[in-house]
Amino acid sequence: MERFEAGVSIDGFELVEKLPSGGMAALWRAKNPKFDFPLLLKIPFLDPGGDVSVILGFEAEELILKRLSGPHVPRFAASGGLAKVPFIAMEFVAGSGLSDGAGRAPLPPDQVVRIGAEIATALAALHRQKVIHLDLKPENVILAERGAVLLDFGLSRHAELPDLLGEESSVPMGTPAYIAPEQVLGERSDPASDLFALGCILYQLVTGEEPFGRPATLAGMKRRLYHAPKPPRDIDKTIPRWLEAIILRCMEVDRSKRYGEAAHVLSDLRNPDQVVVARRRAPSDAGAWGAIRNFLRRPDEKSLVGKAANSGSKAGPPIVLAAVDLANGSDALAGEVLSETARVLAAREDSRLACVTVLKTEIIAETPSVDESGRLVYLQRLVALKDWARPLHLPEDRISYHALEAVSPADAILSYAERNDVGHIVVGARSSSAIRRHLGSVSTKVVARALCSVSVVRLKVVEEQMRESP
Amino acid sequence: MRVAILSDIHANREALDAVLGVVRTQAPDQLVLLGDLVGYGPDPAYVVEKAADLVEGGASCITGNHDEAVVAGRTDMTENARAAMEWTRKRLVAAHFDFLAHLPLSFRSEDRLYVHASAERPEKWLYVRDAEAAERCLSSSDARFIFCGHTHIPAIYYALPERRPIHFSPLGNVAAPLSELRRHLVVVGAVGQPRDGNPAACFALLDTDRHEVTMVRVPYDHAETTRKIEAAGLPAWLGMRLKIGR
Repeated sequence: MERFEAGVSIDGFELVEKLPSGGMAALWRAKNPKFDFPLLLKIPFLDPGGDVSVILGFEAEELILKRLSGPHVPRFAASGGLAKVPFIAMEFVAGSGLSDGAGRAPLPPDQVVRIGAEIATALAALHRQKVIHLDLKPENVILAERGAVLLDFGLSRHAELPDLLGEESSVPMGTPAYIAPEQVLGERSDPASDLFALGCILYQLVTGEEPFGRPATLAGMKRRLYHAPKPPRDIDKTIPRWLEAIILRCMEVDRSKRYGEAAHVLSDLRNPDQVVVARRRAPSDAGAWGAIRNFLRRPDEKSLVGKAANSGSKAGPPIVLAAVDLANGSDALAGEVLSETARVLAAREDSRLACVTVLKTEIIAETPSVDESGRLVYLQRLVALKDWARPLHLPEDRISYHALEAVSPADAILSYAERNDVGHIVVGARSSSAIRRHLGSVSTKVVARALCSVSVVRLKVVEEQMRESP
Repeated sequence: MRVAILSDIHANREALDAVLGVVRTQAPDQLVLLGDLVGYGPDPAYVVEKAADLVEGGASCITGNHDEAVVAGRTDMTENARAAMEWTRKRLVAAHFDFLAHLPLSFRSEDRLYVHASAERPEKWLYVRDAEAAERCLSSSDARFIFCGHTHIPAIYYALPERRPIHFSPLGNVAAPLSELRRHLVVVGAVGQPRDGNPAACFALLDTDRHEVTMVRVPYDHAETTRKIEAAGLPAWLGMRLKIGR
């Protein structure tokens, strides 16, 4: 095998400093004047007669990384083929590795929530690009200034590309501590597998314990199909119930009960007061009798993990934001916004609705809610918002309510949509008036600047008797 | 280098014209016609003449089982194919027969082999429909890339030495990767009679620099082709299947 040392040049990349790495590849900081970002070279260990999975992992990562973009993955620079020196050159991402955080666990819950939201954001971006990571673990996450950056796509799967790795192997591929149960059974096509791994990571960060240990055998990995880990609050009572509920929902074996969308995990982490905390169910395998009964009736393993619940982005947006103006009560336009929202939500069973109304303030007060009258207005608006959405009859885990205080309603809506990975905005538009033509309307600004689809709802023909809002 | 590969045109003028329109905008470096210019469709003379023009302009063209059957007057085919073949023979003149009779069975360019059916025994017109057939096809040649047609269903087989090739159904208009580690058998979908459930015409666009191949789908006026098939008195199923892509 060729020896590499600092100063050696590979295809225009000069090796600078060797970094610690795992068993699959050497990692080098590198320089190349053609690229204006810091570089990392990954050189797989390809011994003749060595493990073919090293080659397959290299092939998969090269295939997938060069098709990915955005802040949550390292930028792809170049790759070198097997004819000469195989390598992948990518951006070197500065930041702290999440494995450091895992080493310091248990971490305070608010810090775990922050980290969870960053990873969920990164996963949503990855899944939107049709890629499932399938080996999410602390070592593969860097917490950078720009958010979480996911590394190592050697086991990943792209929905539109051949799964050469998966087709070659009959053994489950992943990291035993974090691998999802359906992955243990050989399935590699459900984004929810990454959410299971995210649940394991959050569990570990908040309790300091790995939920399933690190089983070394297939039978050991399969245990997670039958035995739920100890609930986090059994380890530490100070962990909030809602956080425990989110973690356990990530770790559901049956995918019809697990989160199907990273955006939904994000939304729950961002809105803890709206997380539905179920009363703890009695464990189904309680007692010796239960265990024996379960053993005797051991069901088909495939049926335990259920079907992939994810109906996919093709079906419709995972999160819909309905922006409704209730400053003057619920009017005809608010009714139309409601109807349109219902139609967008109907596209998929697990879509969620964020109902947003904006309380316009002249200036941003230091602490507006401390003001007694301000608090009252806020609560009244929230009540009005819930009343507005009532005809949709959505279960409480599919709907959230937000009365936002802002100088600019459009900015408040846009910022909420961006932070919560909203896939579709429904907003009403008042009929044209001279002052609105001059100043621009809320819906116009939302349409112009939103990063997702926007439905603009307008009352047809009927002249609105609307007062100009100040 | 970019190569456009057109297979199984089957005397479908509307599909061929639509595909050539797209090929023109793509401006590939090379054009390969992968056989079965005629058979089934209502415009054999037009397609043969067009193919001759393209070859004149630098394209390569190989023969398919329908082309051979028309030349040889063979009758060992399915009933619809035989009916269409007999009809086709009456529509062609000596120059057409002469062009078809002189097409080679396969064609090699650098590390790429082009053949209408399996490379295993090209003259036997074997179908590549599964990994076993793909393995036999790949082991019959040392080319890194084999392009064939004949099944009318796009597929890519990825092969590593000593391992069974992996089947992949490429999506329409999404570039599929070609691996430096592997040899590849690319089954190109049909221009003139798609059978993968998508009635749009299909051709393959290979990009050797980007290591990608794309099954480009081109919608065309199949209602017009169907009308001509009926008017010509050809079996009705030959028109029907264009509408459903089966």
